[in-house]
Amino acid sequence: MKKEMAIEIKDLKKSFDGGHEFVLNGIDLQIPRGSLTVIIGYSGTGKSVLLKHMLGLLKPTSGEVNVLGKNIWQLSEDELVKLRCSFGVLFQHAALFDDLTVLENVAFPIHEHRRYLPTREVIEMAEKKLHMSGLDSKHFNKLPGELSGGMRKRAGLARALALDPDILLYDEPTTGLDPILTEMVDNLIQETHKKHTGSTTIVVSHDLMAAFRIGENVVMLDKGKVLLQGTPDDFLNSDLELVRKFVDKGLKKH
Amino acid sequence: MLNNYLEKREKFNKALDNIALKLWKVFYDFFIECGRVTIFLYDSLRLIGSQPKRTDEIIRHMEFIGNKSVMIILLTGSFTGMALSYQIFLGFQLVNATNLVGPTVALGITRELGPVLTGLIVSARAGGAMAARLGTMRVSEQIDALEVMGVDPKQYLVMPRLVAAIITMPLLCGIFDFVAMLGSHVLCIQVLGLDEAIFWDKIALWINPKDINEGLIKSAVFGLTFATICTHAGYFTKGGAKGVGEATNTGVVNSMVLIIILNFIMTNLIRFYYTLTGI
Repeated sequence: MKKEMAIEIKDLKKSFDGGHEFVLNGIDLQIPRGSLTVIIGYSGTGKSVLLKHMLGLLKPTSGEVNVLGKNIWQLSEDELVKLRCSFGVLFQHAALFDDLTVLENVAFPIHEHRRYLPTREVIEMAEKKLHMSGLDSKHFNKLPGELSGGMRKRAGLARALALDPDILLYDEPTTGLDPILTEMVDNLIQETHKKHTGSTTIVVSHDLMAAFRIGENVVMLDKGKVLLQGTPDDFLNSDLELVRKFVDKGLKKH
Repeated sequence: MLNNYLEKREKFNKALDNIALKLWKVFYDFFIECGRVTIFLYDSLRLIGSQPKRTDEIIRHMEFIGNKSVMIILLTGSFTGMALSYQIFLGFQLVNATNLVGPTVALGITRELGPVLTGLIVSARAGGAMAARLGTMRVSEQIDALEVMGVDPKQYLVMPRLVAAIITMPLLCGIFDFVAMLGSHVLCIQVLGLDEAIFWDKIALWINPKDINEGLIKSAVFGLTFATICTHAGYFTKGGAKGVGEATNTGVVNSMVLIIILNFIMTNLIRFYYTLTGI
């Protein structure tokens, strides 16, 4: 039986300078529903640009981006807004609104999209998501600036989970964190994926070991193209020179 | 000799070409930027009345632009009124027309200085803050986060600021006009010894509601101008902290220059309209 795809990308090309240089140069990628996929690659290989295409934040120069079976650039504005509600994104630095408390940050998307709900219920839902992401209730009324890096990630994750998304995206979730926090975030990603059965998780990272630790499906990008897609074992056994180099460097680091 | 002359002429022509090319680039970039700002303004204004209404946000920004600018408007307004009155008094004393100090100050304040100074002061204070706030939100991916949540950032961040600026600026301009005339009154009557009855009588005789309206209309336009320029600068910030600083600087400087230019254009347009309609 054919696997249902959460995201399907066909020959995606993106140039920011009118076609002289392509950041994405013909990406073909399929991410199955319910999988935990890690997209890796050296910096400047187009990982974040690819992520922004999945979210519909960037328009492709050519090619197709299908999310949950819909070509996102053929959708109307309203349909795109609805589709975006099926995404939850944890940004690199959490991107919490710095003038709102942690609780207000998590309540914000719920309040925006479920205006019919009474405030009390919205707050209860937000508190539940914060508890799920492991943040202690004594931090709920703090501003993001008063939290540590790890706590901000937890709050960001709670906000990403606020609307019970079908697809969870993590943009470089462990960048700039110490090894203990990195492991904590990796475990959090895995736990969250397990708790939300059926939801698709996509992690963009340059940390190979984290990719091997958490990913069932790993995609490596190079020069705007998919160099290799497979399981961690496929990467360890690969003969491709660039993959070998990346794997060797990653293993040496640890 | 001839060769030398031809060489020099060629160099001169090349230099001229370069200057023309640079000038063309400056004009080209200017018009492109004007186009971008206009599209941004249109995109934001058409969201007025769209769901959700954002009334809370509009009131919050009105409080920020309005309430928090009142003190500075009171100070600058009263001192501007006094300084202008004194200069006009000195000039009119030479031709023995000091009874016209009141209406002259009132005309200058209500039609020109009130809206222009209010525009400049508020654009520096609130406009700069708008550009810095949106710039920070852009570089820290908060605007991307809004978009990903299915919330239109222009509807949530830009439109309420534009509406708040349009509503608040005429109110601030009215306060400026009022305190400037109070300052003028204090200086002219208490210090310079002009007759109070004549001072107010002449103002009542020479000042029409249309003069006050002219200033209020101008200030609403200036509000829209600085809010658009500053939010545009912040919204499209690139780079990190440096980019935020540049966006704030660009937003404030461009709004100030534009307010001065627009003031001249609007003065002429309003005069033309009054002449045409015979008001």
